[in-house]
Amino acid sequence: MKSLKNHISLIIALFTVLFSVQIYVGVDRTIAAYETHLKNDYSIIVVANKSLTEPEFKAMHSLIERSEAISVDQVLQRLQGEMSKKNLDLLRITLPKFYRLYLNRFPTPEEITKLQKRLQSNAAIQRVEGYSQTHDTVYKLMLLFKDVVQIFSIAIAAVTSLLILKEMRLWQFQHADRMSIMALFGAPVWLRSAVLFRLAIVDAIIATIILCLAFFMIDQYGWMDVLLHTVGIDVQLFDFLGDSLRSLLIALGVSILLTLTIVIGHQEEE
Amino acid sequence: MDKVIIADNLSLSYKEFESIISKATFSIDAGSFVFITGASGSGKSTLLKSFYGAIEPRAGSLIVGGVKMNRISTSKLNFLRRHIGIVFQDYKLIKEWTIEKNVMLPLIISGYTKDVSGSQVEKLLGHVKLIHQSGKYPPELSGGEQQRVAMARALAHNPILILADEPTGNLDDYSSQVIWNLLEGANTQLKTTIIVVTHHIPDGLNVPYKHFHIELGNIHEVA
Repeated sequence: MKSLKNHISLIIALFTVLFSVQIYVGVDRTIAAYETHLKNDYSIIVVANKSLTEPEFKAMHSLIERSEAISVDQVLQRLQGEMSKKNLDLLRITLPKFYRLYLNRFPTPEEITKLQKRLQSNAAIQRVEGYSQTHDTVYKLMLLFKDVVQIFSIAIAAVTSLLILKEMRLWQFQHADRMSIMALFGAPVWLRSAVLFRLAIVDAIIATIILCLAFFMIDQYGWMDVLLHTVGIDVQLFDFLGDSLRSLLIALGVSILLTLTIVIGHQEEE
Repeated sequence: MDKVIIADNLSLSYKEFESIISKATFSIDAGSFVFITGASGSGKSTLLKSFYGAIEPRAGSLIVGGVKMNRISTSKLNFLRRHIGIVFQDYKLIKEWTIEKNVMLPLIISGYTKDVSGSQVEKLLGHVKLIHQSGKYPPELSGGEQQRVAMARALAHNPILILADEPTGNLDDYSSQVIWNLLEGANTQLKTTIIVVTHHIPDGLNVPYKHFHIELGNIHEVA
């Protein structure tokens, strides 16, 4: 029971570190997925007085991924009853060409402005519609969300650091006697500290397992998944292999660093 | 006869200008039984600490077991301590470890196998009459029993030198007698050098001994 208490304190501290890191990673992934979602839905309408090919559009700006000509046939069909065939043919020839441009990533408002200017500088292009108003609102919301998450993560990291510092002092106090006694009988530093390192490694593994289980449950069965699906985002919040490995490395790094601090800071009893 | 401790103009102090031991020159023969006495605060324990490297000489030189203690490296100090057994007045047992594991500590540090350690520990716990308590933890034992455990631990690795700081200071007569018998036995049978810091030399010892007395920072041998 006493041993369990010793373990729980560090496991909670390590779990908090891992949780905040994983939350940050999860939010980052969600935002990236949302950006992709927006990018797929986002396009720029271009009106040109002559036909333009996809390579021509691509040459205008590196953001342009592909272009798609908008057919005017539907509009002309509606006018069939009201206009003669000759006038319709004339209209077909004189009508400008409409294109929808898709981008290779979600642009910033500045990039949209630059892109619009670049397109408008082409003599063949008469008009560019970038829906900048909608774009700005969504993007500003996204940036705000990112900032909130960052502040939240920093706050968690600060609180966790205090927890770890407290735990560190407790460990130092708990193990100082034993380490001093072992030193009096000539135990080398690694042997004196072996118990601490073992404790730290075991706790790091346990904290990682708990985190993996928690995020696996959230990812597979949680309300988060449902919520994200309703806003059209399909994202894997927890990559079992990659995230587990990263979490384990972080947990081991933090706990071993903690142990090293204790070992180095230990003053031998005189 | 070989010398296990050689002190030459040895000065010890905790603060720069306050010498506790001042320019002491003496030597202790290997295999001898030595008492160091002196009033409280005279520097007996400080001198003993210098023998196991817990305090460095301020001036002069000190050689213990052939190892120079001035500016000794950690690895050399660890090596030396593996050949010394120490008994403290406050026992210094590891509370989270069983009696058996506490006695085993020097053997674990010296890298003995479990079989060798196990039989050695069993023999020693038999000598200190605590074989039936081997699975208990130090706080479950009386002060006298704890000191007997500490004594068994000090003997476990057959050290060349045993340093004892007031080993029977707080003990009942029975435990005191067990401790003295063990120290005598180690000295006569194993030729282990014994250095005991005490206020009072016990009566009825069956071994010849030397007596050093500390007074006002000076050490002199009492004839």
